[in-house]
Amino acid sequence: MTQEPTADRVVDSRGTLCPLPVVDTKRAIDEMASGQILKLLATDPGSESDMKAWSRRTGHQILYAKTEDKVFTFYIQKS
Amino acid sequence: METKTPAPKRLAIIASKGTLDMAYPPLILATSAVAMDMEVAIFFTFYGLDILKKKKTNSLKVAPLANPAMPMPVPNILGAIPGMTAIATMMMKRMMGKQKMPTIAQMLDMAQKGGVRLIGCTTTMGVMGVKKEDLIEGVELAGAATFLEYAADADVSLFI
Repeated sequence: MTQEPTADRVVDSRGTLCPLPVVDTKRAIDEMASGQILKLLATDPGSESDMKAWSRRTGHQILYAKTEDKVFTFYIQKS
Repeated sequence: METKTPAPKRLAIIASKGTLDMAYPPLILATSAVAMDMEVAIFFTFYGLDILKKKKTNSLKVAPLANPAMPMPVPNILGAIPGMTAIATMMMKRMMGKQKMPTIAQMLDMAQKGGVRLIGCTTTMGVMGVKKEDLIEGVELAGAATFLEYAADADVSLFI
């Protein structure tokens, strides 16, 4: 996907470290419906790799990701 | 078509140390693992049991003595001076707070809400005179066989 999708929900984990971006994401995803899209903002440098690992493990797909001014943005679709 | 949900991956951790710095790794791994749909049990044994004690959870300390990795601008031997442990602990807590790290109590709460099994070692409790009511709510009490049975089917087993 080359265009930023529209998010149904936003989780802002900027300023937190591991494990919070992953834990915050999971918490939100659990409350969402299948097919809905979550936007995650994170600044933990580990989150770029961690979110990909989390996505592979849980099956919730990262549709779009970008890095801007040291902020990682992920759009994740609940499976 | 038959769809079969595979059994979740399993993480088994032994937490054996009761210092503030060593309380974080098992809890960070456990909370991350449940967020990845894994199932987790942590077996708290010997000094690790302090992490579960109501009166200790919030007062775990960092030992500066014989800890050359400590980011303190003083020679390691000064770590033996009374009060240095308190200073090192204060520094660590300040660093954690600045980075918005949850406290150990908050990490335990997150772990429990995520379904992590917290198991207190009954041998340690017997040796150290710890009672069930000394521990936070929701802790299981068991011995090595319980952990080993769980760990025998684990995908990841760690001793911390």
